[in-house]
Amino acid sequence: MPEKKIRVLIAKPGLDGHDRGAKIIARALRDAGMEVIYTGLRQTPDMIASAAAQEDVDVIGLSILSGAHNTLCPQLMKLLHEKGMDDVTVLVGGIIPEADIPALKQAGIAGIFLPGTSTQDIIEFIHKRLAPAH
Amino acid sequence: MSEPSDKKTKSPVCGAGSRKLSSAEQAWEKNTLAPTLAKSAERQKEFTTTSSYPIRRLYSEADLAGWEPARDLSFPGEPPYTRGIHPTMYRTRLWTMRQFAGFGTAEDTNQRFRYLLAHGQTGLSTAFDLPTLMGYDSDHPLSEGEVGKCGVAISSLADMEVLFDQIPLADVTTSMTINSPAAVIWAMYLAVAEKQGADWKKISGTLQNDILKEYIAQKEYIYPPEPSMRLVIDTFEFGMKHTPKFNVISISGYHIREAGSTAIQELAFTLRDGMEYVEWAMRRGLPVDEFTPQLSFFFNAHNDFFEEIAKYRAARRIWYKAMTERYQSANPRSWALRFHTQTAGCSLTAQQPMNNVVRTAIQALAGVMGGTQSLHTNSLDEAWALPTEFAATVALRTQQIIAHETGVTNTVDPLGGSYFVEALTNEVEQGAWEYIRRIDAMGGMVAAIEKSYPQREIAEASYRYQMAVDRKEKIIVGVNEYVTPEKPIELLQIDETVARRQAARLSKLRAGRSSVEVDRRLQALRKAAHSSENLMPFIYDAVKSYATLGEICEAMRTVFGAYEELSVT
Repeated sequence: MPEKKIRVLIAKPGLDGHDRGAKIIARALRDAGMEVIYTGLRQTPDMIASAAAQEDVDVIGLSILSGAHNTLCPQLMKLLHEKGMDDVTVLVGGIIPEADIPALKQAGIAGIFLPGTSTQDIIEFIHKRLAPAH
Repeated sequence: MSEPSDKKTKSPVCGAGSRKLSSAEQAWEKNTLAPTLAKSAERQKEFTTTSSYPIRRLYSEADLAGWEPARDLSFPGEPPYTRGIHPTMYRTRLWTMRQFAGFGTAEDTNQRFRYLLAHGQTGLSTAFDLPTLMGYDSDHPLSEGEVGKCGVAISSLADMEVLFDQIPLADVTTSMTINSPAAVIWAMYLAVAEKQGADWKKISGTLQNDILKEYIAQKEYIYPPEPSMRLVIDTFEFGMKHTPKFNVISISGYHIREAGSTAIQELAFTLRDGMEYVEWAMRRGLPVDEFTPQLSFFFNAHNDFFEEIAKYRAARRIWYKAMTERYQSANPRSWALRFHTQTAGCSLTAQQPMNNVVRTAIQALAGVMGGTQSLHTNSLDEAWALPTEFAATVALRTQQIIAHETGVTNTVDPLGGSYFVEALTNEVEQGAWEYIRRIDAMGGMVAAIEKSYPQREIAEASYRYQMAVDRKEKIIVGVNEYVTPEKPIELLQIDETVARRQAARLSKLRAGRSSVEVDRRLQALRKAAHSSENLMPFIYDAVKSYATLGEICEAMRTVFGAYEELSVT
């Protein structure tokens, strides 16, 4: 029986339109054999949580470069919890000062990827994280 | 206007044809080169630029077949302006050192502006926060978490008055990086200038106002292309009549490059954007020789030194040909492409941030060797956050060192006549024309954008580049090679009190103004938006009544609708 493909939602929350990173990650994960859904720009945490539920994804990848991560990430985590989606792996990539990382991890973000991360590192992280389930 | 879409320029473009070696070069290949290569091979099979453009071992006369110095190089200050737009360039006047700044509230940024001016900066450049860029007030629900983060929060004329407090707009030129709501922010700026008693006919500065590159790359759009273009042309017309020294647009390749394009794509899409604006304005009936002197450009300065210099030189040649041959402009002030340069933010690394000072210095040098009119140098900490005062000062000092210590300003176009630079200039120009013709054939830039053509080309280039970095085919010092453990650096923090202070200021503003007057002027704006009248006077009226940015943008949104892009991944 073929292995079930890992399903990933790539999302750009907030008002920022810099989508170079989000697009590269979407394509790299797709090339690595995952099912990738890209939300497009300017998604509220509410829209992202609904899309994740609807698409039944294993992973949500947020791309945030605007400095709004401290507001947006906890909002999303709260919504996922309310929807009973605590098992979804949430990753954040972008410009995140190191001082903010502990609080984001505390809020339940599984992985934080800073500028300079190779796409291969993210692919490996997802495979390792989801290894028992897949 | 009868501009056939497939019209070609009359001037020939020299490109990389087959190289016909002189007998001397053939002898060199045989007697000197071959034995060396036989002993030890070169480091790589292929050498390419940052944009993956192939570079040959040696450039010589053989690369300049068909190139005519009198026609293609000429002299500085003369067509086709390959060597620069002024006969004496930096011997008479250095470029304007214009550092982009903005964060927090208007008070915070006003302080940074005055600090930079006190340290020898010669022009201002305003960065707005994301809510402002998207036409939302600071207290809009979608602004949560974003107020004052990526720039300064400006929600009304009251904020603008604070931003330029004690800064004489009659003397200081200011650039404003604002696009979708550009007309509104510009109206606020003009209202402050008027209050200060500055003469609109004399004030100078630059409005970015380049909506096409928003659809292509930066994605801060509000309205669909048609009404957005109308707003841009409204500002052209208004500027032509009332502020003849103001650059009403800064046609920008910067963001296209940051989104991952190649140098040739940056050049081609930017120049084709410029042509699109000219064509829309001419269709409105604006005389080409009257509005085009107020158009300016903005390019990126990336790592590949010679590729960047070739790009700036080719840009001037393309614009000259477009203005004279496509649009039959008779005004030399319309022919010369003037541009601002910013070093490449996307080239900066979060790792070993001090290295960014070196990257920025080399990129800035390329901008200067390419003949820029103004320059922003990025700060070493910008892969992490907005710059601290320390980092911003080092960035400004970098420009001052280039200007006063390196000697590159002593002569005009120091690289002119170099086989390599001239050949690369020709090839980059040829590559850009190929793209321009392809976009002409699609029916112009708006049509190409609607087909996602430039978006797709950029996404492809950006993915290829990332894969090359991941495979270490391209080395980034401190990222995929020469990696060392590091300690975090000190960063500028913007806290949420900015949002609270802004929200308090807005509710005080709304309570203190005449809501009857605000409603009346917003209603007049909506009515005008339904007609084909120039909207600038209506926007200016609304701004003066202290209608907020969000209210004015929303009034137009009810008429124009909102744009949703087709995402390409």
